[in-house]
Amino acid sequence: MRTRGALSASGASVLLLALLVLVPIVVLLAAWQQEQWATWQHLLDTVLWRLVGNTLFLMVGVSAGVLLLGVSLAWCVATLEFPGRRWLQWALLLPMAMPAYVLAFVMVDLLDYAGPIQTFLRQWLPMLPDFSARHPLWVVITLSLVLYPYVYMLARLAFEAQGRAVLEQARILGDTASSAFFRVALPMARPGIAAGLALALMETLADFGAVSIFNFDTFTTAIYKSWYGLFNLQAAAQLASLLLLFVVVALWLERRGRSRARYSEIGGRQTLRSRPRLAWGVTLFAFSVLFMAFLLPVSRLLYWVIDNGLMQVDARFLNLIWRTFLLGTMAALLVLSLAGWLAWVKRHQPSRSVSVAVRLATLGYALPGSVLAVGIMISFSAVEGWLADLGLGIVLVSTLAALLLAYVVRFMAVGFGPVENALQQVRPSLVEAARTLGASSAEVGRRVYVPMMLPGLLTALLLVGIDVMKEMPATLLLRPFGWDTLAVRIYELTAEGEWQRAAAPALTLVLLGLIPVMVLTRRRAERLDSPQG
Amino acid sequence: MMRAIATVAAAAVMLTGLWACSEPAAEEELVVYTSRNDHLIKPVFDAYTEATGVKIRYITDNAAALTARLQAEGERSPADMLITVDAGNLWNAADKGLLQPLDSQVLAANVPAELTDPENRWFGLTVRARTLVYSPERVDPAALSSYEALADPEWKGRLCLRTSKKVYNQSLVATMIQRLGEEKTEEIVRGWVANLATDVFSNDTALMEAIVAGQCDVGIVNTYYFGRMKQDNPQLPLSLFWANQDSSGVHVNISGAGITRHAPRPEKARDLLEWMSQPEAQKLLADRNMEYPVNAAVEPAEEVASWGEFQSDDLNVSVAGALQVDAVKLMDRAGYR
Repeated sequence: MRTRGALSASGASVLLLALLVLVPIVVLLAAWQQEQWATWQHLLDTVLWRLVGNTLFLMVGVSAGVLLLGVSLAWCVATLEFPGRRWLQWALLLPMAMPAYVLAFVMVDLLDYAGPIQTFLRQWLPMLPDFSARHPLWVVITLSLVLYPYVYMLARLAFEAQGRAVLEQARILGDTASSAFFRVALPMARPGIAAGLALALMETLADFGAVSIFNFDTFTTAIYKSWYGLFNLQAAAQLASLLLLFVVVALWLERRGRSRARYSEIGGRQTLRSRPRLAWGVTLFAFSVLFMAFLLPVSRLLYWVIDNGLMQVDARFLNLIWRTFLLGTMAALLVLSLAGWLAWVKRHQPSRSVSVAVRLATLGYALPGSVLAVGIMISFSAVEGWLADLGLGIVLVSTLAALLLAYVVRFMAVGFGPVENALQQVRPSLVEAARTLGASSAEVGRRVYVPMMLPGLLTALLLVGIDVMKEMPATLLLRPFGWDTLAVRIYELTAEGEWQRAAAPALTLVLLGLIPVMVLTRRRAERLDSPQG
Repeated sequence: MMRAIATVAAAAVMLTGLWACSEPAAEEELVVYTSRNDHLIKPVFDAYTEATGVKIRYITDNAAALTARLQAEGERSPADMLITVDAGNLWNAADKGLLQPLDSQVLAANVPAELTDPENRWFGLTVRARTLVYSPERVDPAALSSYEALADPEWKGRLCLRTSKKVYNQSLVATMIQRLGEEKTEEIVRGWVANLATDVFSNDTALMEAIVAGQCDVGIVNTYYFGRMKQDNPQLPLSLFWANQDSSGVHVNISGAGITRHAPRPEKARDLLEWMSQPEAQKLLADRNMEYPVNAAVEPAEEVASWGEFQSDDLNVSVAGALQVDAVKLMDRAGYR
């Protein structure tokens, strides 16, 4: 252990990395130099409080939604036996591949007055009152449906790691089944659940695509109103930096939840599951969630693709797929290696400055993508200017480097969590034991770290990969010439309201996102359902 | 182990750096930033390349983002031209000093003055009309007259509108401010809000579907959305009404273009801009999206012509930009979301 205060080279590198991530954010903060009182006054007088209220409502609603769905499904899959469990346990992750804006559009289309559901109801049950498809509740439901997998995935891991032994002991000591769940299982799984919830909430805060389809005004609406409507990018940046306050609180809550818990693996995972009386009911519940969040929107997209006969798979379209995949892969590898480095230094050279740096480096997830992209663009452009003054004509803006940095800043939080967890699995005593037994440094890496960390690393890789492939605003603004992705094409078509034509790229994007989800889940399924279990 | 991680991280960063080098545009190329969508603009660029041999590289994004990008890039910007929709966006780019004035006989002859920046920094390419749409089953067209009249109590619970966050509505309200003054306009917008049949929509197509389904009777839309729906289903019980024919005329907006302040190839950009105002390009630009050509010598597409002729508002479209901020604030005050 190092003493506090002394800063090593690796500590410095972590600070540097945090700085790199911070630069675009600092650029945003610089917007405060110029007061934009007129714009602020207007927003305060008219819409701001409603937007803040809406945002809080959305956060509470989405929290309730993802916890309800994520935790209950994770619990059922981890501890109960019911028909279809084996495939539902991985299928329930599929909604992760569904971009929120796509589900939002499908929902509005299906539920609106003119949509098929209300048309049907009016015909057959005319006594039912009409309802609005753009009610805030639908926004909550939509976001919960696409975001619950974060909670589900991490909670399931936690429940599965607990094993049944703990619960049985609780029962022996006199707890009822439900109190065993609330008093033992849930608190033990809390760090995982909190981490999943934090991701879901940050995504909610940053969302603009889905809420604008519902025309539900949130804090991001104020940001874009200032920028697009009032032509005031500075005020938009100021608002965006306030959004970060929310995030700091959310992250603080998550860390607090995690720091109290100690991970301990209970030897020999038992996958013995009890069969409840209403086993089919559980199946029905899980299937309904999967249906709403995935099967329904996918079939709607499929219907449009077939209806329009617009699936033109030409060289350009293949290029879109390839670029999307390539960006996802590159960004995921980059985030993974940087997150790995952060986690490593944090573990081996813990100091206050390092842990603060790590925290800062994971802030970007809650920033709306295009605001972050503008921050990156301005900072790169400034550097470009300095270099040009020095006689170095290097292009930085609109290069792959700028775009990848945007992804790193935005998705570091997604990658860092699983990587850090994976590293924690490798208890120092294991490493010491290996060294005592004469293993070389390389051998410890190969035979201890890699096998133990692999699942966590893979999780991080795939999560980031999916998120990058779905990412729209930063990709739009920072991509180099020729680097159009599926999300870019979706934007182009939807900007002029051609949602049905956007079905082809949207469906392709979902299918592409399925590949990592499949890899993620098949591996885990193999591991858990192997003969020993 | 630590060294291994560091090496992997460093290698990843460096590989990225190598990948990231982008080659600059060649001399025989033009670089365009456009918020006009790929499937609408690509055929135009392809035709230009075929005619002249000049290749065009372009990036699509929304206007605000492209404007911010031009601003950040400053004099090092690779872009020669900005093509976008809505005069407000062009006005904003010009206002931020991102476009350069261009004195061109060709453009002056082909593009009407009211669709051109008074300082010649941007020029209209196509015209888009925003007018009333109604259900012929439930509305007698004789009862319709103007945008303003939709605030009358007779339309209570019968009006559908798109969100005020869409720039098309901001431009419409901006021109109303110019003609009627803030006070009167705010009264009208409040009247609209009071007459709404349901929450505002996030796109014009959904709005028209609501009229067809009977949720409301009348709305305000851009004509090409109407055209698109009619193309899919000619029997659709939905009709256009040309607004304000006895007064200011139909509100029109443009898609347009300007040469960027720091264009590396301004002469080439000028050639492209002039070419786009000529008949061949005008057909390509307008017809694919069922808009109107700016060049009066060019006929609109057959389908578009079938909607009839109309008197359009002759205010210079730059008003939409100059008063956009006022319009947004006014709509916020009036509770129009």
